[in-house]
Amino acid sequence: MIIGTPREIVAGERRVAMTPASVQRLVKLGHGCKIEAGAGISARFPDDDYAAAGADIVCDARSLWEDSDVVCKIRPPEASEVEFIREGQTLISLLYPAQSSELLETLNARGATVVAMDMVPRISRAQKMDVLSSMANVAGYRAVIEAGNNFPRFFTGQITAAGKVPPAKVLVIGAGVAGLAAVGTAVSLGAIVRAFDVRPEVAEQIQSMGAEFLFLDFEESGAGEGGYAKPSSPEFREKQLALFRAQAPEVDIVITTALIPGMDAPKLWLEDMVLAMKPGSVIVDLAAERGGNCDLTVPDEKIEAPNGATIIGYTDLPSRMATQASNLFATNVCHMIADLTPGKDGVLVHDMEDDVIRGATSAKGGQITFPPPPPKIQAIARPPQKAPEPTSEEKRAAEIASFRKTTRDQVAMLVAGAVLLLAAGMFAPESFMQHFTVFVLACFVGFKVIWGVAHALHTPLMSVTNAISGIIILGALLQIGSASNPIAILAGISVLIATINVVGGFLVTRRMLAMFQKS
Amino acid sequence: MGIGIITAAYIVAAILFILSLGGLSNQEKAKRAVWYGIFGMALAIGATALGPGIGNFEYLIPLLLVGAAIGVVVALRVEMTGMPQLVAALHSFVGLAAVFIGLNADMSLSLAEAAKEAGTVGELRNFAAIVVKKTPVEVSIMLVEIFLGIFIGAITFTGSVVAFGKLAGRIDGKPRKLPGGHALNAVAAVACLVLGYLYLDGADIWTMIAVSLLAGFIGWHLIMGIGGADMPVVVSMLNSYSGWAAAAIGFTLGNDLLIVTGALVGSSGAILSYIMCRAMNRHFVSVILGGFGGTTVSTGPIEGEQVAIDADGVAALLEEADEIIIVPGYGMAVAQAQSAISELTSRLRSRGKNVRFGIHPVAGRLPGHMNVLLAEAKVPYDIVLEMDEINEDFPSTDVAIVVGSNDIVNPAAQEDPNSPIAGMPVLEVWKAKNVVVSKRGQGTGYSGIENPLFYKENTRMFFGDAKSSVNNLLGVLD
Repeated sequence: MIIGTPREIVAGERRVAMTPASVQRLVKLGHGCKIEAGAGISARFPDDDYAAAGADIVCDARSLWEDSDVVCKIRPPEASEVEFIREGQTLISLLYPAQSSELLETLNARGATVVAMDMVPRISRAQKMDVLSSMANVAGYRAVIEAGNNFPRFFTGQITAAGKVPPAKVLVIGAGVAGLAAVGTAVSLGAIVRAFDVRPEVAEQIQSMGAEFLFLDFEESGAGEGGYAKPSSPEFREKQLALFRAQAPEVDIVITTALIPGMDAPKLWLEDMVLAMKPGSVIVDLAAERGGNCDLTVPDEKIEAPNGATIIGYTDLPSRMATQASNLFATNVCHMIADLTPGKDGVLVHDMEDDVIRGATSAKGGQITFPPPPPKIQAIARPPQKAPEPTSEEKRAAEIASFRKTTRDQVAMLVAGAVLLLAAGMFAPESFMQHFTVFVLACFVGFKVIWGVAHALHTPLMSVTNAISGIIILGALLQIGSASNPIAILAGISVLIATINVVGGFLVTRRMLAMFQKS
Repeated sequence: MGIGIITAAYIVAAILFILSLGGLSNQEKAKRAVWYGIFGMALAIGATALGPGIGNFEYLIPLLLVGAAIGVVVALRVEMTGMPQLVAALHSFVGLAAVFIGLNADMSLSLAEAAKEAGTVGELRNFAAIVVKKTPVEVSIMLVEIFLGIFIGAITFTGSVVAFGKLAGRIDGKPRKLPGGHALNAVAAVACLVLGYLYLDGADIWTMIAVSLLAGFIGWHLIMGIGGADMPVVVSMLNSYSGWAAAAIGFTLGNDLLIVTGALVGSSGAILSYIMCRAMNRHFVSVILGGFGGTTVSTGPIEGEQVAIDADGVAALLEEADEIIIVPGYGMAVAQAQSAISELTSRLRSRGKNVRFGIHPVAGRLPGHMNVLLAEAKVPYDIVLEMDEINEDFPSTDVAIVVGSNDIVNPAAQEDPNSPIAGMPVLEVWKAKNVVVSKRGQGTGYSGIENPLFYKENTRMFFGDAKSSVNNLLGVLD
C-alpha cells in the first residue's frame, strides 16, 4: 500500500503526520511512503531526510492524493482536499465526527474509509495511538512555557545577594493529561503548584507529580464515562467557584484545562477572579478552542486584562512545538497502521471486530459507522465497589455465626475427649481414673495459664517451669526409705540432682526477674 | 504427719505452682510469682519428707543440703549469656531422675512380689507397701506408666545433654545424623515398644534398662540432627518432655502433686514450642525432624556489595538520627555486648533521641533470651518491644542498628520464595533510612543462608566484635 502525507494547508499548522522516523517504520511494515514536498519544513524535517528514510517526494498535492491508498494527515481535510478523495481510499486524521457530521457525510459519499484518530477508545491497548493524550501532553508543557514567557518573575524561589525572590504559585485546573503535564513542568521549574479536579480519585496522581491537591469537601464525584469529567450540579459549581475565588489573589499563574466531552468548556475562571489577581499574573486557557474556561479568553489571542493580568488563549499549542508534536503524532499514526497491517506485509486488513479499529473508524464501504458501539473492555477499571458497611443485623449475624462455629468446634472436641475418657474408664480401675482426672484438669489449667505469659518473660517461664519440674524429687523421697540398697542409692542420686534442679532453677529465675526494671 | 494433712499441703502447693506460672504475665507480678513457686516447692518437699514411710534421713538430709549448695553455686555463677545452657543442663537432671525413679519402682514391685510369696508383707516399708496392695489390673497399668516414665525420661536426659553441648559450643551446632537418619530413630522406637510389651508380659528389669538405653539413643540422635538455629524450640520441647516424664512417674507412684505439676510443665513447654514454631513459620514436626540449621542453600547470587563503615561513620549517622531501633541477636550474647549497648542506649537517650529495641520471638537460643540479656544490662523494659509492636515503625526510623542478628532480619524471608526461611516473619530493618549491621565477619548466619540485607544500598557493615565495636563507637560519640 502507498501511504501518503500532504502538506497541512490550514494556516498556522506546523505539524506533519509523517516524519523520517515514521517512514522507516512504515517501510518495515511493507508499505511505500509518499510525502508532499515541503510538508515537514515547518516541523524542521527537510525533504532530504524523508528521501533518505525511503519516502518518495511528490511535488504537488493532487498527484499525492491520487497515488496514495492511505492518506495520513493531522487536521481534518479542508474543502479543497475533499475534492481529491477517491473511492476506496483510506483517510487517517483528526476528524471530530461528532462536531462535523457534514464533512463525514461528504467523505462517506465519496466512498472513503475514514479513521478518526481522535476517536481511538481510551483503553490500555490503544494508548499507543492516543493522539489526544500525546497532544495534550505537549500542550500542557507548552502552556507552562508560554506562561513563563509572559510572567515577569522567576518560577523558583531564590535568596540572592540582591534580595529574596518568592517562588511563583501556579494553579492548574483540570488534571487530565494536559493538566498533569503542566503540573510536572511547573514543579520541575521550581514553582509551588496546586491543582484541582472534579474527580477526587485523581488526587493521588496530582500528589505523585509533586503538587498539592485542592480538596473540595463535597459529596459528589465529577467522574464520568471513560475517565473524563462530567457536568457538575449547580451547588457543586458554586462551591468550586468559591474555592477558586479564594485562590485568585494568591496565585501568579493559572492554567485551565477543564473540558467535558461533547460540550462547551465550562466557565470556571470568572471575570472577578481575573481582576482579583496581581498585575503580571498569567492565565493560560487550554480550553480556548471550545470557548475557554476563562470569561475573558479570546481564542488564538493573547490579551491583557485591565489589571495587568495576561490571558493566553492560543489554540495551537501543540503546533507551537511542531517537531515534538509531529514526532508523537506520527508515531501514533504508525501504531494505528501497524494494527491495520497485522501481517506486516503491506496489506491493509480493516478488522471491524477489533475494538480499537472499530472505535476509530467513522465511515467504511459507503456506510457511516459513527458513533461506534461502546468498547467491549471497560476504558478504566471502575473503582472497586466499597464493601457495604455491615449493618448491625449483619454484624450480629456474623457474630452469631462465629459463635456457633466456635461452639461447634468446642463441643466436637469435648465430645471426642469425653468418648476417649469413657473408653479409658471402661477398662481402667478406679484408682487410675482418679489420678487421670487430676492429670487432665492440670493439663487444662496449664494450657489456659501459659497463653497469658508475656513474651519477654519466656526465658523466666522456662527456668521456673524447669525448677518446678524438679518436683520429681517427691518420687525419690518416697523411695529413699526403702530397705533395698540399690533402690535407696538410685533414689539418693535422684534426690541430689533434683535438688540441684529445684534450687538452681528458682535462684536463676529470681536473678533474671530482679533485673527487669522500668525506665 | 497424716495422709490428710499431706494431701492438703499438696493442694496448696499445686495452687501456688499455678499462681507462679500465671504470675509471669508481667514483669512486676513475676517477681512475686517466683516466691509462690519457691514456697510451693518447700511445702511439697517438707510435707512429703515428714510423711509416713520416709526413712534414711541420715542420707537424705546431707543429699538435700549438698544438692542445694550445688544449685546455689551454679545459679549464682552462671553468666546471663549462659542461661540457655544452664536450662538445658537442668532439664537433663529431671530426665535422669525420672529414669532412676522408674527403675526403682520396678525394683520395689519385685520386692513386693517377693514379700508376698514369702509372707512378709507386713515388713515392707514405704512405696513397696503401697505396691503390694495393688490389684493385677492396677499392676499392669503401673507397668505401662513405668515404661512411659523411663522412655520419656531417657529421651529428655540425653536430648538435654546434647542441647547443652550445642548451646555451650562444646558440640558443633551443625545438624549431624548417623547414616540411616530418622529410620534409626524409628527402629529404636519400635524396639522400645517391643521391649515394653515383653515387660508387660512379665519380663525382667533388663527390658527397662534396655529401653532406657535405646530411648537415650533416640534423644541423642534426635537432637544431634537439629541445627543450632532451632534450639529455642528444642529447649522448650525438652522442657515439655521433662514435665511429661514427671507426670508419668506421678502416675506410677500414685502421687497427685507430681501429676499436676508434671502436667503443668508439660503443657507449658508444649505451648511455648508451638509459639516458637509459629514465630519461625515452621511446623513443629519439621523442626523435630531437623536438618534446617546446617545446609547452605544457594538461592542465587545476590547483587551489590557489602559496604563497610567505621565507628566515626556510625557516630555521624547516630548524631543526625532522631529515631533509632536496635535489633539484637545471638551475636550480641556471644560478644557479651549488652552492657556496651545499654551504655550506648542511655547516651543516645540523654541526647533526646528515641531509642528502642526490636526483639524477634526467636532471637537468641532460648525464648526471650534477648529480653533477659538486656534486662541484665539495665535496659529499661518499656523500650524493648516485640516484633509485631515495632515492625511498622521501621519506615519512619532514621537508623536501625543490627547487632549480631542475621536470619531474623533477612529480607529473603519475604522476597525470595525459594529461600529456606521463606514466609518466616522477620524484622523489616531494611525499611529504615539507614541500617548499620554490627557483625564479626562476612560469613552467613546460623542457618547458613546468605542475607541480602547486607548488600542493600542503605546498609553499612560495621565489622568487628560487637562489644569492641560498640565501645569504639562510645569513644567517638563523646
